[in-house]
Amino acid sequence: MPVLEGKELRIVGFLCNWCSYGGADTAGVGRFTQPTDLRIIKVPCSGRIDPLFIVKTLMSGADGVLVSGCHPNDCHYAEGNFYARRRLEMLKRFIPMLGIDPERFDYTWVSASEGQRWQEVVTKFTEQIHKLGPARKIEGPDAEATLKLMEESL
Amino acid sequence: MKIGVFVCHCGTNIEGTVDTAAVAEAAREFPGVVFATDTMYACSEPGQDEIIEAIKEHKLDGVVVASCTPRMHEPTFRKTLERAGLNRYLFEMANIREHVSWIGRDREANTNKSVDLVRMAAAKLLNNKPLHAKYFDMNKRVMIVGGGVAGIQAALDCADGGLEVILVEKTSSIGGKMAKLDKTFPTVDCSSCILGPRMVDVAQHPNITLYACAEIEEVNGYVGNFSVKVKRKATYVDWDKCTGCGICMEKCPSKKADNPFDEELGKTTAINIPFPQAIPKKAVIDPNFCIKIKRDKCGVCAKVCPSDAIVYDQVDEFVVEEVGAVVAATGFDLVDWTVYGEYGGGQYPDVITSLQYERMLSASGPTEGHIKRPSDGKEPKNVVFIQCVGSRDKSIGRPYCSGFCCMYTAKQAILTKDHCPDSQSYVFYMDIRSPGKMFDEFTRRAQEEYNARYIRGRVSMIYPKGDKLVVRGADTLMGDQVEVDADLVVLAVGAESAHGASDLAKKLRISYDAYGFFMEGHPKLKPVETNTAGVFLAGSCQGPKDIPSSVAQGSAAAAKVLAMFAKDQLESDPAVSVVDIKRCIGCGKCISTCPFGAIKEVDFRGQPKAEVIETICQGCGICTATCPQGAIQLQHFTDNQILAEVNAVCRF
Repeated sequence: MPVLEGKELRIVGFLCNWCSYGGADTAGVGRFTQPTDLRIIKVPCSGRIDPLFIVKTLMSGADGVLVSGCHPNDCHYAEGNFYARRRLEMLKRFIPMLGIDPERFDYTWVSASEGQRWQEVVTKFTEQIHKLGPARKIEGPDAEATLKLMEESL
Repeated sequence: MKIGVFVCHCGTNIEGTVDTAAVAEAAREFPGVVFATDTMYACSEPGQDEIIEAIKEHKLDGVVVASCTPRMHEPTFRKTLERAGLNRYLFEMANIREHVSWIGRDREANTNKSVDLVRMAAAKLLNNKPLHAKYFDMNKRVMIVGGGVAGIQAALDCADGGLEVILVEKTSSIGGKMAKLDKTFPTVDCSSCILGPRMVDVAQHPNITLYACAEIEEVNGYVGNFSVKVKRKATYVDWDKCTGCGICMEKCPSKKADNPFDEELGKTTAINIPFPQAIPKKAVIDPNFCIKIKRDKCGVCAKVCPSDAIVYDQVDEFVVEEVGAVVAATGFDLVDWTVYGEYGGGQYPDVITSLQYERMLSASGPTEGHIKRPSDGKEPKNVVFIQCVGSRDKSIGRPYCSGFCCMYTAKQAILTKDHCPDSQSYVFYMDIRSPGKMFDEFTRRAQEEYNARYIRGRVSMIYPKGDKLVVRGADTLMGDQVEVDADLVVLAVGAESAHGASDLAKKLRISYDAYGFFMEGHPKLKPVETNTAGVFLAGSCQGPKDIPSSVAQGSAAAAKVLAMFAKDQLESDPAVSVVDIKRCIGCGKCISTCPFGAIKEVDFRGQPKAEVIETICQGCGICTATCPQGAIQLQHFTDNQILAEVNAVCRF
C-alpha cells in the first residue's frame, strides 16, 4: 500500500530495543495519540545503527528518518549510544552533501518510561517533515551509482 | 520460505481501529507469504493452536504475528513455533497494538500502517536463519544492594534457600528507613521490635556476608556471571576488633557531628554507633568532625578503646565479588521540601518532617521518646500535620502519590495523643488514601477515637506569631479559611528514589524513570524483574511502598533468584555476533569497540582474525556497525535483515 495521499509522509524510525522502543510501547499503553506516519525498525542498540542505513533510507525515498536511543550514560550496553551519537552527529553534517535537507534526519534520546516524551518527539518530528513536504526523488545515474556503491559497502 | 501471517484482533484493542481482515488480505500478496488470516486472540490457547495447525497444514517455515509489542509476547510465540517443530528465530512480530491501534485514531491510516509493519516483518523474516542457544554455567551467589527491610527480606530468603548472599549497605547499619520508625501502621506495633530480630538473623546467618558502609563501585559481566566491585568506605575503626561497647561515643569530645540517623534532629558524636540495635554494631568516625583526623589533636577514642580498634589512617578498600544475580533494594529518600516557601522553606525550627517526628517519638531517638519542640524543648499542644508535601504536586515535578503518608500521618496523630493526652492534632489533607487491610479503619480511629481533626484543604502559608506558628489554610468542605495556632508542624514529606539510585541504575544497566525509580520488567507481570537479565528489584527503589509491600517484593525477588539458580545452566541468547572469517581483515576495530570484551584476536593461518566469545557477547551489534568490511554480523539483526525492512517500507 502506498503512502496515504495527502495524509501521510514516509517516516522511518530506528529505535533501540531497551529504551526508545520501550518508550514507544509505554506511549501506546498510555494511549498517547501520535501521527501515524512513522514506521519503526527495532534494533538492539542505537550503536547498531550504521549511518549508511539512514542514508540508504533517505535515498530510497523516505521523507524523514528519526533515530532514538537510550539517554547518554543510560545505555543498556554501557556505551553503545556514545558510538551512535558520534556517528549520527557526523552524518548530520554529511547529509547536505548528498543533496538531502538535513532537517529530514534527527536523533533523540527517549527512555522506556518516557511515553509522553515519545509522543512529543514523534509529533514534533512529523510536523517538521510535513513542513518540508515530500522528499525530492533522487534520480539520475549518479544517484543510482551512489546507491549501488552503498549497497556494496554494507 | 513459506510464511504464515496471523493478524490478531486482541479483542477490540486492535480490531477497534485496524481492519485486521484487510491487513491479512494485503499480506497474502507479500513475497514468501503463503497463508494469512486474522485471529481473535493469537496469544490464547486456541490462537496458538491455530498457528500450530496452520504451520502443519501449509508446511510453513516462518511465522509473522501482528499483535502487541514483542516485548510482551515474543517469548510466547517463539515457544509456539518450537511446539510446532520450527526454530524459534523463524518468527517475527509486527507491533500493531502499542505502535498502531493504541496511538492512532484514523482507521484507514492505522490499517495502512499495519500493512506496512507486516510487510517489514515478512521481509525481515525472509532473511532470518535458525539460531540455536548455547548453555553456560552460572555463579550461584547473589548480591543484594541495600539493607532496608526489603533487602533484608530478600537476603534472608535467598540465604535460607541455600544461596551465598552478599548484602551491601551504604550506611553503617542495616535496617534502612524502617529502623528509624517508632511504630508501624495499622497495628501500632514497635518497628524495631519486629525488624530488630530480622537484622540479627542477617548478622548471624552463615550464608550472608554483610558489607556495611559500602557501595557498588563497578558492575561487569552478565546474568549468571556478574563481577561487582564493592567500595568499602573507610570507617577509621577496625571492625574486626570493635566490640560495639560504645565507650568511644561516651568520651568523644566532638559532639556536633551530623546525625543522619536521627534525621539531623540534634547532633551526635564524631565517633558513632547510630542506634542501639545497629547491625553490625560497630563504631564509625565521621572524618568531617573528628578532631584527630581534621586537626591531628584529641585522639581520645584511641586511648579509651579497650580493643585498640581505632585506625585514623584507614583508607577505602575495594573487594570484587563474583555473583550470578543482583537484587537492587535501595529504597527511598525524602523529597527536598525546603522548596516550599509557604512552609517556611526550612527556616522555622518547629516545622519538621514526618521522619524527624518519628525519631522524636522513638525511645532511642534524640528526645528519648518525648515530644519536644526543637526550638524550646516545650511539649506542644497543637500539632498540625500537613499531607502531600512533595507528593501529588506537579509544580515541583512530583506528580505521583507517595502512597504511605496518609497512613503514617494517622499513626502519628494517634501517637501524639498517646504521648501528650492534652494535645490536639490537625491534619490538612487532600484525600485520605487508605486502601489496605485495616487501613481505613485505622484512619477513622485517628479521627473518632483520638479526636484528630481532619481538614480537607491545602495550607497556603505558615508564619510565626510569638512562640507559635500560625498555619493558614483552606477547609474546602466548609468553604472556609482556617487558621490554627500550632506549636509544632509536621510535614508528610513525599518519597523519591534514594539519592544516588540513578548512578547505581547506570552501573547495573537498568532503566529508571524521571524520578529515579527503577523500572520493572513489566508493570503488571514482571514486578520484580528488570529488563536486564539477572537484575531484580525489591522495595521502594521501584516506587514508593509500605513495609508489607516491600517485604513481599523482597521475598518475590528472592524467589526469582532461587528459581533462576535452580537451573543447572543458563541458556544464552544465540542472537550474537558472528565473524565471517573470509571477509575479516583483522583490523581489530571490533575488539576495541566491544563494551564487553567479547571479541578476541585469533591467529588463522598466520593472519589475525576476530573471534566472538559467544557466551560473553550481549548482542548489541556495535561491532557490526563498526566493521569496515561488514565481516562481523549480529545474528538476527544483520545488515541484510535491517535493510530488508528499510526496502519494504521505502518501496514507494
